[in-house]
Amino acid sequence: MPLKERISAFDGLDITPEQREILEAIREFVDREIIPVAKELEAKNEFPTKIVEGLRDMGAFGMRIPTEYGGLGLDLVTYALVIAELTRGWMAVSGIVNGQYIVGGMVAAHGTEEQKANYLPRLAAGEIRSCFSMTEPGAGSDVQSILTTARRDGDEYVINGSKMWVTNGDRASVIALLVKTDSDVQPRYKGMTALLIDKLPQVADQGGMKISPPLGKLGYHGVESVEISFEDYRVPASAVLGGEDKVGTGFLQMMSGIETGRINVASRGLGISLRAFELSIEYAQQREAFGKPIGHHQLIQKKLADMATRIEASKHLILAAARRKDSGQRADIEAGMAKLFATESCQRCAEEAMRIFGGYGYSTEYEVERLYRDAPLMMIGEGTNEIQETIIAKGLLKRHELI
Amino acid sequence: MRIAICVKEVPDPTAEKRIDEGTKRLVRSGENTLNPYDRHAIEAAVRIKEGPAPDTEITIVTVGPATATRSVDRALAQGGDQSVHVADDAAAGSDLLGTARILAAALKRGGYDLILLGQQAADSESYVMAGLVAELLELPCVTQAASIELGDGSVTVKRQVESGYDTVKATTPCVVSVSDAINDPRYPPLPAIMGAKRKPHEVLTLADLGIDASTVGAAGAATSVAALSKPEGRGDTIVIEDDGSAAAQILAFLVEKKVVA
Ligand SMILES: Cc1cc2nc3c(=O)[nH]c(=O)nc-3n(C[C@H](O)[C@H](O)[C@H](O)COP(=O)(O)OP(=O)(O)OC[C@H]3O[C@@H](n4cnc5c(N)ncnc54)[C@H](O)[C@@H]3O)c2cc1C
Ligand SMILES: Cc1cc2nc3c(=O)[nH]c(=O)nc-3n(C[C@H](O)[C@H](O)[C@H](O)COP(=O)(O)OP(=O)(O)OC[C@H]3O[C@@H](n4cnc5c(N)ncnc54)[C@H](O)[C@@H]3O)c2cc1C
Repeated sequence: MPLKERISAFDGLDITPEQREILEAIREFVDREIIPVAKELEAKNEFPTKIVEGLRDMGAFGMRIPTEYGGLGLDLVTYALVIAELTRGWMAVSGIVNGQYIVGGMVAAHGTEEQKANYLPRLAAGEIRSCFSMTEPGAGSDVQSILTTARRDGDEYVINGSKMWVTNGDRASVIALLVKTDSDVQPRYKGMTALLIDKLPQVADQGGMKISPPLGKLGYHGVESVEISFEDYRVPASAVLGGEDKVGTGFLQMMSGIETGRINVASRGLGISLRAFELSIEYAQQREAFGKPIGHHQLIQKKLADMATRIEASKHLILAAARRKDSGQRADIEAGMAKLFATESCQRCAEEAMRIFGGYGYSTEYEVERLYRDAPLMMIGEGTNEIQETIIAKGLLKRHELI
Repeated sequence: MRIAICVKEVPDPTAEKRIDEGTKRLVRSGENTLNPYDRHAIEAAVRIKEGPAPDTEITIVTVGPATATRSVDRALAQGGDQSVHVADDAAAGSDLLGTARILAAALKRGGYDLILLGQQAADSESYVMAGLVAELLELPCVTQAASIELGDGSVTVKRQVESGYDTVKATTPCVVSVSDAINDPRYPPLPAIMGAKRKPHEVLTLADLGIDASTVGAAGAATSVAALSKPEGRGDTIVIEDDGSAAAQILAFLVEKKVVA
């Protein structure tokens, strides 16, 4: 049943008419093309080909890519709100857009002219997909302890090692890969380099590069996360992101995108919260217990109030961080706060939705159990929330140092 | 080829409609949007442009308040090249004939080969604007198009009717209203949304069109709303408790109503 006033990421916000039209178009796409099919596709762990084609036709893969390379050059505020709306439909969809966003952003910011001309137009048009890969079986939060190496040999690099949890890794045509090019230098991050590796989509065995079958996951179905292993895999030296004089800056290149990456994850958290709340406030007025709609019982009301307050707060933390970043200021603390709060909140909202739905929340017939399975990844990905807390605190101690 | 598409801004069809007690007219102050039926007309034109007639120029034509630019831009984003927007306070309160007079005057200026309309407006749902406009312009009119095929100086339109399809050939210029079954309208591409504002927008007054303001708007309305009443209920609902024969009972009912043979 429709709600008198809809639940959205952008209604009531001070945004431009153009931003609103973009969001309305995305909203309509989500309501008509994503929500009606997400449950079935997710249950079958099926890649949403038709949805991806629809988003491609709308130009959504080029949102943040500069206009001179065929993208839309959209501001971060619009992008963040679009991601929230897409995630309201299904988290896997924003995960697919996300791969283009991170890799496109890295190439736009650090790539050579050739790399930009080679990758950006194809990424913007959604012609190719991309993934980024830092995590390894033995190193997640502690990025500096990665073990994958790339050894220089003539005009080539020879890669050895294994990467874990590469989302979009099977369908991607390019990997932004973090490797060690110097194992002796201190601090360790100065020995790290980012490579742009071309690969064939959906081919498991590519000689020295092997892509595993999709890893089993609690949620986040529909988009694959894989392990990629390299054995004496050769790439040309021109694969170094930004050119050969950028060898040894890969860690910093990867981290520079992370502020916007965190805002992106915060938005995905917001999207889950929006959906959880939307379903809950509807159900709370339909389901009756003890002679009245459950929404008239005070303990359910407390949940609704808590969810909506968290949504409102998440929204404004995201906006504040995105606006700060759009204005050219550093926003690492703000982005960390938005990520921390919005993703803890999505976990909370998903759980409250499950409680409000009672047994039906646990049923695979309803959407709530999917939100409940999808939400926790937002607390882990793009820097765990524990890591966010340490980053926020370290940033604050530095910003507010004693003089 | 020059195609005009008449589009209307309507109150959000998913929102609850409210009637103003005083004027007995629809309250239009809430969220407004491009009439969903008109999106099919735009799609039909865009497909002509993408297919048989690439040199087609598509003009979006609307009669509505100044704030309707939002829906004009939405229509342009979906595929228009330029717009003509008649916005004049004196046009407010136009009844069907008044609106048709203004539309016809605006269309006459453009010298279009093909004038497309939606089958109905989601607010007042008269289904007659195509006929009125065609009459005033003295052009052939084909309604409920399920497909449009371009010929040499003509269009061939399949119309959906109860027993199947009528195929009608009309000489151009002509007026065609499209059924909502004609196509699946595309979502406006984001670059086109961002580019819509930069397309040529022409805003006209009644004076620009040489229309005497007393013949249109509330002043010129030949109709007035005398009274409003709720429609009668649809009669009894038949509830079938399934004792094993429910399917047979439903089938018998459908056969009786001639829904299935
Ligand atoms: C579905 C999925 C998709 C993913 N997609 C990608 C991808 O596309 N690309 C990619 O590179 N990675 C990806 N990842 C990896 C993800 O970024 C890591 O899982 C995450 O960074 C955590 O690393 P870890 O799993 O090694 O946990 P660990 O780093 O081992 O952490 C374990 C626990 O210790 C805590 N901890 C660690 N260090 C500290 C500290 N200093 N202080 C306090 N607590 C600490 C952590 O917060 C966590 O609670 C994905 C993961 C998943 C599950
Ligand atoms: C006394 C009275 C006062 C009224 N006052 C107003 C008023 O102030 N504002 C108002 O919007 N309506 C008003 N109406 C309703 C108005 O007359 C009709 O909405 C309008 O004339 C068209 O009828 P329809 O929308 O039902 O057309 P339909 O025949 O259902 O529409 C079919 C198609 O016609 C085209 N079309 C319809 N209207 C327009 C338009 N304005 N511009 C361009 N294309 C169009 C579209 O392509 C649409 O899909 C009033 C009606 C009465 C009786």
